[in-house]
Amino acid sequence: MLWACLHFSDLPLRTVFEDSELGQPCAVIDGPQQRQRIVLVNQQAQRQGVRFDQPLASARALCANLQARARDRAAEDHLLRSLAAWAYRFSSHVALIGTDALLIEVGASLTLFGGWPALERRLRGELAQIGYTPMLAVAPVPAAARVLAACHDGFFVAQRTPMLGALGLMPIAGSGLEPEAISLLYNVGLRTLRDVFALPRPELARRIGPQALQSLDRLRGDEAEILPLYRPPDRFEHRIEFDHLIEAWPPLLFPLRRLCQELALFLAARDGGVQRCELVLEHEDHAATRIAIELLAPQREAKMLHELVRGQLERTTLEHAVRGIALIARDLPTLRPQHQDLFETKRAQALDWPELAERLRAHLGDASVRQLATAADHRPERAWRYAADSKPTIDTRLRPTWLLARSLPLRGPPPRVLAGPERIESGWWDGGDARRDYYIVLTREGQRAWAYLPAGAHDGWMLHGWFA
Amino acid sequence: MSIPAAALNEVLKHPGVWRQSTAVQHHVRALPTGLAELDALLPGGGWPCGALSEILFAFDGVGELSLLMPALAQLTRSGKRVVFVAPPYIPYAPALAAQGLDLRHVVQIESTLTQGAWSAEQCLRSGSCGAVLSWMQQADYTQLRRLQLAAESGDALAFLFRPARATAQPSPAALRLQLHADAGRVDVEILKCRGRLDSLRPTRLRCA
Repeated sequence: MLWACLHFSDLPLRTVFEDSELGQPCAVIDGPQQRQRIVLVNQQAQRQGVRFDQPLASARALCANLQARARDRAAEDHLLRSLAAWAYRFSSHVALIGTDALLIEVGASLTLFGGWPALERRLRGELAQIGYTPMLAVAPVPAAARVLAACHDGFFVAQRTPMLGALGLMPIAGSGLEPEAISLLYNVGLRTLRDVFALPRPELARRIGPQALQSLDRLRGDEAEILPLYRPPDRFEHRIEFDHLIEAWPPLLFPLRRLCQELALFLAARDGGVQRCELVLEHEDHAATRIAIELLAPQREAKMLHELVRGQLERTTLEHAVRGIALIARDLPTLRPQHQDLFETKRAQALDWPELAERLRAHLGDASVRQLATAADHRPERAWRYAADSKPTIDTRLRPTWLLARSLPLRGPPPRVLAGPERIESGWWDGGDARRDYYIVLTREGQRAWAYLPAGAHDGWMLHGWFA
Repeated sequence: MSIPAAALNEVLKHPGVWRQSTAVQHHVRALPTGLAELDALLPGGGWPCGALSEILFAFDGVGELSLLMPALAQLTRSGKRVVFVAPPYIPYAPALAAQGLDLRHVVQIESTLTQGAWSAEQCLRSGSCGAVLSWMQQADYTQLRRLQLAAESGDALAFLFRPARATAQPSPAALRLQLHADAGRVDVEILKCRGRLDSLRPTRLRCA
């Protein structure tokens, strides 16, 4: 395994300050109200003498225009998690280390990304686009990668022996050991890790204790470290807020496309699909409009999702101007991709049935695409239903191909009876009592109709179907 | 100069050579209608595949749907989907099942009049439907042409049911049949039939 450590040392600064503010001296402070101390400063503040662990009052004395804001650990964690979500597309082994570093296992997919230099360029490039410049190092041991990233930016070592050599040159202050152990070793006169590695193990254990010894073992890779791996969240929720109000739906399509692309990326990383999602249109003074989007089968493709959500949006009338839109997906079932033949020559406009059904539903409404099934009932109007059923009950009696949704009086002169009567008497137990004599009749126009008379009657023809 | 008979036969067997006496034109792909008499009149011996067929009739209930049933049954049994787009009445499931249709492959689409043509076109074009049945009271040439092209590109059978008054309208359909109901009997008249070269054969067929 090969671990890349990305150390975002300025993460606390970035969470509480805007990018534009970082041109001035800035500092992040932490601690109880009376004794706030500096946690992190930017270069401008550093130049004026503001240092780590300084009391805020001293810092202000050194630098009058210092912008100091309290540390926001929850926001830092959130930011680091979003970076982990980004990193998840490069590896399934991503771990959050401490409050400001990520470990990514890159060994398994190094060939896929075209070697470390190419991957490093890509990682740095993508991060630079969103404004991050992390310290980066690669080592076969997670703890070593972490330590090396903090001082040797861009360091790459794939073998254990050269890694130990590089670690040996590290000052013990930057070794990531417990502070007590560091000060103890320093007081003994040791300066680099090489000096520490050279000591006999029992002596070392007696002096620095078992915990620090374990840290050393992990650093050298003698003891495996169990990393809590990052797992992508179970739900997707992204929103886009507009600078101005939007009155019609066409301008919403562009941000919607971006949301769908993000959702598709998220789904691809999770190897999942989405079956149910919600489009929320936020208004200024009114409750948000929520558009539920239900799909027949899980989907993942951005284009398809965009088309389906768009179809739903087009059918919605905007009653108020829109301030922002959000796409929320909670139900993310596993996706079973459809098998595609390697040599399949698919026509350009060809769609599989599930996609076609989705498209039709998106345009015509959820209940517009239905399957027909038979039902076990003697009453003709209840002998069928909309359902996906595999076992039809075969009726051998002659039945019309068209059934009228509601029977109508048969106009004109009494028709010619071709067959019948067939007495249908049923339903006295469920309130839908029917007592009818069914006939196959021929109308004057030559139509074959299925009509009935109330049981025993001779007049009052009712039309119920056509032998079309 | 004489040509040996064997050599002439070779030439005549070539698919590029058409002879008027040849009963069936093999180059039309078709799905048998289930009525042997009707099949005999149609080129390819049935409903043309990847094309639009029009069925024109004056009144509901003259057997316009029954005419398709054997073909639809065959399609659904081979796992192909049959789609009813905006039918005028409820396709009665017990009757369809009794006629041999596999209901798992029968789909009904509800849509408004304007969206009906769009839905039918989508289904035809997708290539995932065996046959698409649609009903149109008003249809202009462009709409019909679109359906015909969609049927071609999706290689599906398109059936369009239209009122009898549309017979005078020009149509790009590959096949146009009109049903005449008369005293309990139904005649099928072939108004137009692409690939039919034998003008001597009758165009009207009496069905029970």
